[in-house]
Amino acid sequence: MKHLLSAADLSRDEAEQILATAAQMHDVQRREVKKLPVLRGRTVVNLFFEDSTRTRSSFEIAGKWLSADVINVSAKGSSVSKGESLRDTVMTVAAMGVDALVIRHHASGAPSQVTQWVDAAVVNAGDGTHEHPTQALLDAYTMRSKLGDLAGRRVGIIGDLTHSRVVRSNLILLRTLGAEVTLVAPPTLMPSGIADWAGAAGFSYSYDFDEVLPELDAAMMLRVQKERMTGGFFPTPREYTVGYGLTRERLRALPEHAVICHPGPMNRGLEITADAADEARSLILDQVSAGVAVRMSVLYHLLGGAEQA
Amino acid sequence: MERPDSAVPRPDADPAGRIVLTSSDISRALRRIAHEIIEHNKGVQDLVVLGIPTRGEVLAQRIVTLLGEIEGADVPVGSLDVTMYRDDLRSQPTRAVGNTSIPEGGVDGHTVVLVDDVLYSGRTVRAALDALGDLGRPRAVRLAVLVDRGHRELPIRADHVGKNLPTARAERVSVRLSEHDGVEEVRIATPHEALHGDAEETS
Repeated sequence: MKHLLSAADLSRDEAEQILATAAQMHDVQRREVKKLPVLRGRTVVNLFFEDSTRTRSSFEIAGKWLSADVINVSAKGSSVSKGESLRDTVMTVAAMGVDALVIRHHASGAPSQVTQWVDAAVVNAGDGTHEHPTQALLDAYTMRSKLGDLAGRRVGIIGDLTHSRVVRSNLILLRTLGAEVTLVAPPTLMPSGIADWAGAAGFSYSYDFDEVLPELDAAMMLRVQKERMTGGFFPTPREYTVGYGLTRERLRALPEHAVICHPGPMNRGLEITADAADEARSLILDQVSAGVAVRMSVLYHLLGGAEQA
Repeated sequence: MERPDSAVPRPDADPAGRIVLTSSDISRALRRIAHEIIEHNKGVQDLVVLGIPTRGEVLAQRIVTLLGEIEGADVPVGSLDVTMYRDDLRSQPTRAVGNTSIPEGGVDGHTVVLVDDVLYSGRTVRAALDALGDLGRPRAVRLAVLVDRGHRELPIRADHVGKNLPTARAERVSVRLSEHDGVEEVRIATPHEALHGDAEETS
């Protein structure tokens, strides 16, 4: 594996190996000395063209705990704000001899394009509404830590599917790991052509959250991405919450063993109530903690060994 | 995980070479090692036994059982994966990471006995010492191995050895333990035998 651009890059064996390594990396987080010498002498650049707190800091900590030199470049305050193109920015950074580029970009496909320009390993840290593979890995890791093997488990992904890059990566990875996935959203936030897509990719979809809820082993609530919404996708926030929010009533209908996930940041009171977010079976903070371990594992698998032809 | 020091055979391959330790030889060697550890430590107080995956883990577990039988006390046992501390990481494809589990009391102030199946170049033990250094500060570290086949590349020696086995570099030593391999034996194979028998991974 040279790059990680999509969850589809991972075979089941590769995904299992990354998750198994992440478990060992997670133990490192509990140690007094949170440092492994694996990437000593390697340089990782976090190139973030979009704002991000958790993903960027998570990659930064992951790189540092593996002893890599980590540099953060954000669009604001860099030559990007002076009008420099993506290609020039990337090639300038790569010319300094970096080993890996972690890229977040508002354009879908940008990290994939970057692989054509540079020799460094490229990790997609979220591209437009396309994919966010490390988020999917950390979600799977977190769910597995509570539910065990995900094969045959029912996972519902609920919310703003149209604008979410998390949903695509999650759907692919969860299918790879053998889980059954149901997508739930109002018709206006359901990706177009879902009916054809669903049949081919082996998942189901529904517009009725209450119907799906009692059968779930995991409910993954997605953020309503107000910043990406240009039209009226639902009449009022209140109406969205009534139809698709994880409310106190729905919490009661969710099976007792089922877990709650949210990739964050949350709109409390909109897609998830404070009750649900702070529930004992809510894994939202576990997801953040797992993020570092999973990204350590990904960086290890990309840079830890000899380059493979 | 394949490590140069252990010379792990492919489980599906036909066994090659001659047997140098049988099942009863292995039990006897481990019992002797257990007695040596007790004698040197004057008992089992403050002792922690850590096996290096994968066969070192099995041997560590067996040694701890023997220590318990002899002394009637529980000795903490764990495993210490050294993959990420190896100095040849960059020259090999990415390796799967093994299991590290340290007993609850940690290693600070304890005498740690590292256990591995084969001692060869010494690089695995060096990596283990580095890994241990990140986990705490043991009072002392001792090394127990089932087979010492020589050819050290670092100034490292074992404190407790099941069998000293002089080998040529090109020969292959394979340790098979019932928990992992379904058989219990140590074999040595010449390059020719290794080529036509079980093709092992060594360096």
